[in-house]
Amino acid sequence: MSVEVHPPGAPAVKTGRLRAWFYKRFPIEEFISDQLTGYYAPKNFNFWYYFGVLSLLVLALQLFTGIFLTMFYKVGDTTSFNSVEFIMREVDYGWLIRYLHSTGASAFFLVVYLHMFRALLYGSYKAPRELLWIVGMFVYLALMAEAFFGYVLPWGNMSYWAAQVITNVFGTIPGIGPGLVEWIRGDYGIADATLNRFFALHVVAVPLALLLLVLLHLVALRRTGSSNPDGIEIKDHLGPDGHPIDGIPFHPYYTIKDMVGVGVFLVLFAIVVFFVPTFGGYLLEPANFEMANPLSTPPDVTPSWYLTPYYAILRGIPNQRLGALLLLLAIVAYFFLPWLDRSPVKSMRYKGWISRTFLALFVISFFGLMYAGLHPPDPVYVLLGRVCTVLYFAYFVLMPWYTRIDRMKPLPERLRFRAHAP
Amino acid sequence: MADTGVVTDELVIDESRRRLLLVATAATGVMGVAFAAAPFIASWMPSERAQALGAPTELDLAQLEPGQMTVTVWRKQPIYVVHRTAEMIATLANHQGLLKDPGSTESEQPSYAANPLRSRTADYLVLIGTCTHLGCLPKAHFEPRDPEIGAYWPGGWLCPCHGSRFDLAGRVFEGSPASVNLRVPPYAFAGSRKLVIGVDEV
Repeated sequence: MSVEVHPPGAPAVKTGRLRAWFYKRFPIEEFISDQLTGYYAPKNFNFWYYFGVLSLLVLALQLFTGIFLTMFYKVGDTTSFNSVEFIMREVDYGWLIRYLHSTGASAFFLVVYLHMFRALLYGSYKAPRELLWIVGMFVYLALMAEAFFGYVLPWGNMSYWAAQVITNVFGTIPGIGPGLVEWIRGDYGIADATLNRFFALHVVAVPLALLLLVLLHLVALRRTGSSNPDGIEIKDHLGPDGHPIDGIPFHPYYTIKDMVGVGVFLVLFAIVVFFVPTFGGYLLEPANFEMANPLSTPPDVTPSWYLTPYYAILRGIPNQRLGALLLLLAIVAYFFLPWLDRSPVKSMRYKGWISRTFLALFVISFFGLMYAGLHPPDPVYVLLGRVCTVLYFAYFVLMPWYTRIDRMKPLPERLRFRAHAP
Repeated sequence: MADTGVVTDELVIDESRRRLLLVATAATGVMGVAFAAAPFIASWMPSERAQALGAPTELDLAQLEPGQMTVTVWRKQPIYVVHRTAEMIATLANHQGLLKDPGSTESEQPSYAANPLRSRTADYLVLIGTCTHLGCLPKAHFEPRDPEIGAYWPGGWLCPCHGSRFDLAGRVFEGSPASVNLRVPPYAFAGSRKLVIGVDEV
């Protein structure tokens, strides 16, 4: 048996009684319609548009595995290290849960970096998506904080010295620096108090902030709609039904497409988890298999690969205050991208060779900084870091100039897309 | 009737009065939030226990031969204590030009260590062993002209993290990421053979 339900402002839906009962009390149909079946996305999404949904997937994976790790982990400067060993050796499948979480951290950054590169490539940060971009950057900041706090929790020697180096960055702030460092640590050095508060931040505070920011990111996306590889607005051409002619409903079209991406991603992810969980020391460092020792710095203190670009900027500058300032600027610069880019077009498909060259140099400098940051501070790596620092900032600082003088190609009227080869 | 008033149903709404009350209420609320936040912010300060454990620490110098260095801990920080030889002390005057802050004017030390040797007495050097760059432990390379570092090397410390270099008075060399010399903690001698770290006088 079915009944007709006509809530104000919604299309008539034929539903069962239970659904009707539920629907009278909760706007589930509108939610599905607004978010999925009635949300029109550009029809020309390509490979680069997998990484938003993959970020959500990894977020869910991290929350899930993180909750299970918390069940076995015992925070404290005398218990943390041993409880991680306990998880690895004595909890059934504890190794799997931890490797999923540690590999998930790197996977999170990988998909987020590819997601951000997509934005640089197709100008997704440009008007009217400035807020979407800024909220996304806050997600990235929260993610870096989350990764750092999580890195400290196993209380290995690398954890300890990473905490030492990162908290000391705050000590370079003129005037309040030293007091601030003591306040962050809750002791005169990295100690039990530091570990405990980092645990609270890692499992409660930052995840809540992350979830809220991701929600805001999606809300902002629903207002502006996704950009696309052509960088023109599909809302400019509405069909008689009021929907964009060049748009297709997110569900079922993109949910099906994303499932393919999710499948491929999970295959690659599982290969790392099961066969190379330490990834030759890049995901889990050898120095961290030794307990935190305040009297012994590991031979090479390097952060995880996803933070090494900034680290290379920091240590390449022969002045600690300036180094910390440049580190801060390197991240803050992203926030201003929507206003630095003066180009009339969004996508690299229609920008000229100057913009393309600068983006290529930026990507090269990012990898160069990553490479330099993963190596000891020998002169050759310091030099590489400095050269790449210059290239990195050139992308941002010169952007108002080169995007204005660059010769753009004419924009098409509609999306250039053919579903099948003729 | 006030000039700015709006008449609705014979009632006069004084807009400026409303605005004042609104601002006053918001300001009171902000103060309340600030007071409520204070205990939470204060909870992050070093606890009473951490402060008690940060009391001065003592070191017996009898075993420390000339040319040797020992490491002790004060306030969770490694303290480097070096018994400098006459040759070590002699090198300190030879490389002023290579240093960022040869006079230690920008660096942190008690007044009694604000001298070229950065110490109370010439033979014993006491330093906080955390790099002033980002807090790693500089490694001792006391051998002059260490081939790993360079022919100019007079002996001192090299930070393994970011490559800062310090001489045998803890003074930083040009080209290091660290900007200032290694810090000198407050310390005093109790008798000729006992060092107390964390106090200026015993």
